[in-house]
Amino acid sequence: MPETTRETVLRISGTNTRKCMLCGKCSGSCPAYDAMDYRPHQFVAMVERGEIAPLLQSKSLYACMSCFACVERCPRGVQPASLIEALRAMVLREREHTRLPAQLIPELIDAGTPQQAVVSAFRKLSK
Amino acid sequence: MQKIGVFVCWCGSNIAGTVDVGRVVEAVRQEPGVAFAADYQYMCSDSGQNLIKSAVKEHGLTGIVVCSCSPRMHEATFKKTAAAAGLNPYMVEIANIREHCSWIHKNMEEATEKAIVLARAAIAKVLKDAPLTSGTTEVTKRALVIGGGIAGIQTALDIAEAGFAVDIVEKQPTIGGRMAQLDKTFPTLDCSACILTPKMVDAGANENIELFTYSEVESVKGFVGNFTVTIRKKARSVRADLCTGCGECTEKCPSRKTKNEFNMGMDTRGAIYIPYAQAVPKIAVIDREHCLHFKTGKCGLCERTCSAKAIDFAQEDELVTRNYGAIVMATGFQMIDPSGFGEFGYGKSKDVLTSLEFERLMNAAGPTGGHLVCPSDGRHPKHIVFIQCVGSRDTSGCGKPYCSKICCMYTAKHAILVRDKYPDVSVTVFYIDVRTPGKNFDEFYRRAVEEYGVQYVKGMVGKVTREGGRLKVQGSDLLNDRQLHLEADMVVLAAAIEPDPTARSVASMLTASIDTNGFMTEAHPKLRPVESPTAGVFLSGVCQGPKDIPETVAQASACAAKVIGLLCKQKLVNNACVASSDPLLCNGCSSCEKVCPYGAITYEERELNDKGVRRTARVAVVNEAVCQGCGACTVACPSGAMDLKGFTNQQIMAEVDAICR
Repeated sequence: MPETTRETVLRISGTNTRKCMLCGKCSGSCPAYDAMDYRPHQFVAMVERGEIAPLLQSKSLYACMSCFACVERCPRGVQPASLIEALRAMVLREREHTRLPAQLIPELIDAGTPQQAVVSAFRKLSK
Repeated sequence: MQKIGVFVCWCGSNIAGTVDVGRVVEAVRQEPGVAFAADYQYMCSDSGQNLIKSAVKEHGLTGIVVCSCSPRMHEATFKKTAAAAGLNPYMVEIANIREHCSWIHKNMEEATEKAIVLARAAIAKVLKDAPLTSGTTEVTKRALVIGGGIAGIQTALDIAEAGFAVDIVEKQPTIGGRMAQLDKTFPTLDCSACILTPKMVDAGANENIELFTYSEVESVKGFVGNFTVTIRKKARSVRADLCTGCGECTEKCPSRKTKNEFNMGMDTRGAIYIPYAQAVPKIAVIDREHCLHFKTGKCGLCERTCSAKAIDFAQEDELVTRNYGAIVMATGFQMIDPSGFGEFGYGKSKDVLTSLEFERLMNAAGPTGGHLVCPSDGRHPKHIVFIQCVGSRDTSGCGKPYCSKICCMYTAKHAILVRDKYPDVSVTVFYIDVRTPGKNFDEFYRRAVEEYGVQYVKGMVGKVTREGGRLKVQGSDLLNDRQLHLEADMVVLAAAIEPDPTARSVASMLTASIDTNGFMTEAHPKLRPVESPTAGVFLSGVCQGPKDIPETVAQASACAAKVIGLLCKQKLVNNACVASSDPLLCNGCSSCEKVCPYGAITYEERELNDKGVRRTARVAVVNEAVCQGCGACTVACPSGAMDLKGFTNQQIMAEVDAICR
C-alpha cells in the first residue's frame, strides 16, 4: 500500500502549503472551477490538513486542465496544480500498468504546449 | 599594576537560571590582575551600581568588567557608573553572558564554562585598556529636509517653529507630494487639498524655511552636526524672481502632448507648465525635453507672451553648497506599475486603473473635472470592481512581500465616494483580508458595507478580460464557495506602494542603510523609529515604511523633535574610539584613505624622527571629529600603522588568546 500522507504529497509536488494566505486567486483563476468537486484552494488547505484520501478519489484530478494558471498567479509561490499533479502520480503508482504506451506519445504532442502540461495531461488521461 | 573588578550579574533568572554565577566569580578571582569579584541579582539597579562604585573606591580598582547583558543594552549605564566612581569610562568592558550565553544555551555546565571564557576575554582586554577622552564638535544650526511631501513639510514646519533654519529640497517643481494628488482623506472624508495647501503656503511663507523646488541633492559630505550638502537647482528656464504665476504662458504653449504627471498621465499639459493651481512656489517651469524651442530652436511663444519677462531660455542649473547639522529623509513613495500582472489587463484596457489614477478621476481638479466616466469612451459606469492586494503580500517576485497598509482604507474610501455621489453605480471589492486598525478606521469600512451597500467579496480576481466594450471579471468568492463572473465598466487596482526610486541614491550619499524592500532602516524598530543608524540622519514618512497621512504627520513631528534636540546642543561629544595612525609605521600607501566611508583620513607630509634619523614622509592623518570608529582602515592598512582606540589589534589578540588559553 503506497503512502498517502501529507508529507508524500508535499515531497512529490515540491510545494509548501503553509505559504498559502487564503487569497483564493487560484480558484479565481481556474478555468475548470465549475467542473471540480474540490477547488484549487481546497486542495491546498486539505493537503495541509492531511486530508489526502478524499482528494485521491476526487473528480478534480481529471477536471484540472493543467493550464498552470493557479501556479502562475499565486502571489505566495504555492503551486496548487503541482499538488494535483502529485496526487495524480500517487493514483498512478497505486494502479500499475496504466500509463500510455510510449510509442503513442510523439503524435499527441503539439510543439506549442508547455512540457509540464503534456506530462500532466498524460497522467490525467491514463486513469 | 592594574586592579580589575569583575561584576557578575544574575539578571534575575535570565543569566543565573543557566549560568552558575557563583562559579564564574570563583573562576575569575584566579585571573591575573583581578582584585575583586562579586555577583549580584540586578547589576544595573541602583544598588547594583552602588556595589560597583563602592568596590572601585574600596579596592582602588583601575578597570572593571561587567558580566551581564549585551553592551547595546547597558554599556552606557555601566560607563556612567564608572565615571561616577572616578574611573575613566573607557576602562569598562562588558562580557555579554546573556544574549551570547545564557539565552542560547540550556546546559548549565557548558553555559557556565562559556561565561567564564567570555569573562576571561573581557579581563584580558581591560588589562590593555587605556583611558580615552572624547573630543567635541560644533553643531551647524540648520537642517535639510529631502522631499517636500506632507512628511517633509510637517517636519520642516516643526523645526522652523522651534526657531531653526530649515531647507526643503524637492525634485518636482512644487512641494505637496502625493497628498496633493488625493481627492478626499479617510476616515473623515475631508478634502485633501483643503488641509494640505495651507501647510504648503505656510512652508513657502515661513521665514525660517527655504524651498529648493525642482532641485536634487547632488552630494553629501561630513557627519552629524556638520554635513556639507551640494544641491542642484535644475534650470526652470523661468526666472523665479520675475514669474508671477499668472499662467498665461502655459495656456499659449503650442506643445500640448506631454503627459500630465499630476493627473497620472490621464491628460496632457504644455511644455511650459505650473503643476497645479495651488502649487508652491507658483512659478512656471519649462520641460526642456518637450519644448519646441529647445527641440527645434523655433517657437518662443511663451517668451513673447510673458509680460513679466520671466522666460530665460539660457538659464543653467545652479549648484548651491550649504552646511547642515541634521538631514531628514522624507522621500516618500510611488505606486508600483501593475502591468507586470497581465491577468488584470492593466495597460491593455484604459478602464483598468490604479487607485491613484482613480483618485485623480474622482478629483474636481482632475482630468474629467471630477466626473466619473470610463476613460476608454467617456460613458457613465454601471459597475466598478476594486481589487485589493495587487502586488502586495506577494512573494512570487512580481510584487512586494509586505502589506502596503493604506489600500484597505483608501479602497473603502473610493467605494464610499462612488456610492455617495453616484448611487446608481454598484461597487464590488475583492479582498484577501480587510485590515483596518486605526482610530475610526473599522467603523469607516463598516459604513461602506452597511450604509453604502458596497459588496465585499472574500476572494481574489484571477482574470480581467475585455468583452464587447465592457470588462469581464473572473474571481473567487470563497465564503460562498463559488466562482464569480462579473460584468464591469471599470476595474481599480489597489497596487502596492514602494519607496520613491530616488531614495536609494540619496541614502547611499548619506551612508544611511535601507532594507531589502528599499525602505530606510531605523536605528531601532521600536525605540528609535525616526532615526537612521547613521548619526544625524532622520526619517520622516513613507520612506521608512508604508503609512497613512495621520501616521506620517505624527512621525514627521517626532522626527522634527529629534532634529530640534540635536540642533539645540551647543557641542556634540565625539566617539572616543577613533582610529589613529603611527606615522613611523605608515608607508603612505593611501589604502586607508580609499576605504574610509566618512572621508576622515587625509595624507600630509611630516618630518619624522625615526630612532634618531630625521626623514620626511607622506603619512595618514585621521580627523577625529569625522572618524566613526568603524575600523575599516585598520583592516586595510598593510603595515600595521593604523589602529582603533579602544579596539586595538593588541586588545583583540589578547581577547582571542584568553579564549584559546
